[in-house]
Amino acid sequence: MSIDMAQFHQVFFEESLEGLDIMEGGLLDMDPGAVDSEEINAIFRAAHSIKGGSGTFGFTEVADFTHVMETLLDEMRDGRRQVTAEATEALLKSVDVLREMLVASRDGGVLDDVRVKDQHTALERILSGEADSQPGERAADASPRAGPTAEPVGWRIVFRPHAHLMRTGNDPLRIIRELASLGPLRADCDLSELPSLAEIEPEDSFLSWALHLGEAVDRAAIDDIFEWVEDDCDFAVVPVLPDGPVESSSAEVAVSDDADATQSLPEAVEPPQERRAGLDRREGRDRRKPAAAGGGSSGSIRVDIQKIDSLINRVGELVITQSMLGMLGDDFDMSRLERLREGLGQLERHTRELQESVMQIRMVPISFSFSRFPRLVHDLSGKLGKKIELRMSGENTEVDKTVIEKIGDPLVHLVRNSLDHGIEGPEERLAAGKPETGTVALGASHRGGNIVIEIRDDGRGLPRDRILNKAIERGLVREDDNLSDQDVYDLIFQPGFSTAEQVSDVSGRGVGMDVVRRNINELGGAVEIDSTPGQGSAIVIRLPLTLAILDGQTVSVGDEIYIVPLVSIVESIQIDRSMLGTVAGRGETFRLREEYLPIVRLHEVFGIERPRAAQLTDGILVVVEGEGRRCGLFVDDLLGQQQVVIKSLETNYGRVDGISGATILGDGAVALILDIPGLMRLAKQQPGRGARPMAMTA
Amino acid sequence: MAASILAVDDSASMRQMVSFTLKGAGYDVVEAADGVEALHLAKGRSVNLVITDVNMPKMDGIALIRELRALPSYKFTPLLMLTTESGAEKKQVGKAVGATGWIVKPFNPDQLLNTVKKVLGR
Repeated sequence: MSIDMAQFHQVFFEESLEGLDIMEGGLLDMDPGAVDSEEINAIFRAAHSIKGGSGTFGFTEVADFTHVMETLLDEMRDGRRQVTAEATEALLKSVDVLREMLVASRDGGVLDDVRVKDQHTALERILSGEADSQPGERAADASPRAGPTAEPVGWRIVFRPHAHLMRTGNDPLRIIRELASLGPLRADCDLSELPSLAEIEPEDSFLSWALHLGEAVDRAAIDDIFEWVEDDCDFAVVPVLPDGPVESSSAEVAVSDDADATQSLPEAVEPPQERRAGLDRREGRDRRKPAAAGGGSSGSIRVDIQKIDSLINRVGELVITQSMLGMLGDDFDMSRLERLREGLGQLERHTRELQESVMQIRMVPISFSFSRFPRLVHDLSGKLGKKIELRMSGENTEVDKTVIEKIGDPLVHLVRNSLDHGIEGPEERLAAGKPETGTVALGASHRGGNIVIEIRDDGRGLPRDRILNKAIERGLVREDDNLSDQDVYDLIFQPGFSTAEQVSDVSGRGVGMDVVRRNINELGGAVEIDSTPGQGSAIVIRLPLTLAILDGQTVSVGDEIYIVPLVSIVESIQIDRSMLGTVAGRGETFRLREEYLPIVRLHEVFGIERPRAAQLTDGILVVVEGEGRRCGLFVDDLLGQQQVVIKSLETNYGRVDGISGATILGDGAVALILDIPGLMRLAKQQPGRGARPMAMTA
Repeated sequence: MAASILAVDDSASMRQMVSFTLKGAGYDVVEAADGVEALHLAKGRSVNLVITDVNMPKMDGIALIRELRALPSYKFTPLLMLTTESGAEKKQVGKAVGATGWIVKPFNPDQLLNTVKKVLGR
């Protein structure tokens, strides 16, 4: 039977790369000296699976390389070997090499053979460091097979199963049948051990056989057949030489390690596993096929079976509802209107559930993105000479796959920043009365309809004065602007702003915080920063759960309809004159429970000609929140709440400030979705607005 | 009726390969990703042969074989473990808890089928 093994390659690569992540994570968590056995077991299992798979699917180099890692891990697991920092480091490097090997096999790329070889040697060196326990004479493959001097013409076999043989799932008959498949077999059954019927234990075996195989097969073929039962029976194999069989003195065959046992009674000389290894390695080479070209580029996603099942359930329900409605439509009269309504209600519910289920498929745990950080922190803290502990929480929080893909780089940048600028060196920390080891906490959670990712460190906090000076220097703000701390911290998100006195190779990579904010905004999210001098900073990223659907409030302004994301809305109010006022430098404001909030007139921002509500008291103020700031969005009217499918404006038209996308309404009209943080920035920049006297106090 | 085989492996690619190969040869295959799942499946239905990986999370292959062998309906059922060439002592441990035999990794589909045919006699 020929089976195309290439069809399993993609799954193999995916799970192997995941396995490597597990190994990497485990190795980084591993504390030399105090090793958690479950942890090292998990690492071992990952290595073991990669080795097994790579051997099976024909990636011999990968298998050979992993074998050394596995051996090392196995010894660590059994406690035969100390877990040293050196060994952990070597294993980590090997993980990297292995990853390269797998990627090269997958994409058909070129591999740095020298690196692989060096790492291989490095591992071997660690292995042999104290490894007299290791069988170094693996070269058993090459040693000449001990065999009879004359060519046998057949074999005589004595086979005496132990009483329990059947209870191992083996069957003497099966073994005899297999022997018969090698050549003509004569079997003589020995009944002498059979007890009387009264004493017989029906599940035990009492028979034994003297077998004569009239075919000059390889001794190994016979040993193979007995391989599983060699401890569950007595058996002896004696060659039948042309001039008659050599008599065996005993039915028992002693297993000897004596490699030059060339006497006429051939014994089970080699430990069977070595012979097997040799065989399989040869076949492994023959089976090797070029890796499927381009297999890696096809983006795939691993979905929990439960999610698929629920999806299928929903589709089932939908089909039932559809057929119910179909029957109703066949002969409809007004008396059945109620049933039609009911059916349509059901249809709506099932459609919504189906939509939710489909969305679920795209949801993957954020650990896919978090998993790279232990290594990053490990490597960077070494490089920076700092002691840093990374704490992660909420790794199982599920996020849309696109979010995962796009949030990776901004997160890396933020964590690097924390490590580089936030956390102080050990001496500085001790001098400040803090523990020597700094902490960076990375957490994810669901909050409302959002995913919140937080990066907190207990470092020195943001240097307020330095940021302010630099901003003044660059003309971003004026000295007398009287900014709040929050406003100052926000400055670091301005393009080209970098506070590091010296650009280090860790975080100064030309990608500024402005790019971070832009990336997050592109995902429909927002980023906020908070900092306490001497105690640390926190960066909070809010992201929508999914990028495809949004709960929105439809509002009207003139003839236009806009969608305000429901998550941004705090409340909607009608105001009266007493609430209005102006604050110097902030333009129109209104008072909401002791707080003065700026007013953004949507019709002004978007230049809409004829708003129905010209006076603030005629329309509605939608109080919205974005990036920690609030404002009142002045619109004509609220229309309704609905889920909208987000269509990208950028791919279909171009980027528009203050707009995050578009959607198609039930009547076919296009409505734009407001980007609240963007809108607030836009309103701030609009000329004249801040200085305009309050003309509309009605 | 086709013989039914329970394939247990935490590696999806190995499981797929085993399952695909056996199904292609007309066997009825059920899959499990670890010992706990396998044991649950095995209790809920009858299986003519179990092929299990050794290193798995939750319940490993050795524990699975021990548990299965203790069940009256699996007293004589062939229980094979998938092991690597370096697993000499694992084989012994496996035998001690009642494994019928083993298939050495890496193996190819033909080797797998030959072994299964040999054990099931069909």
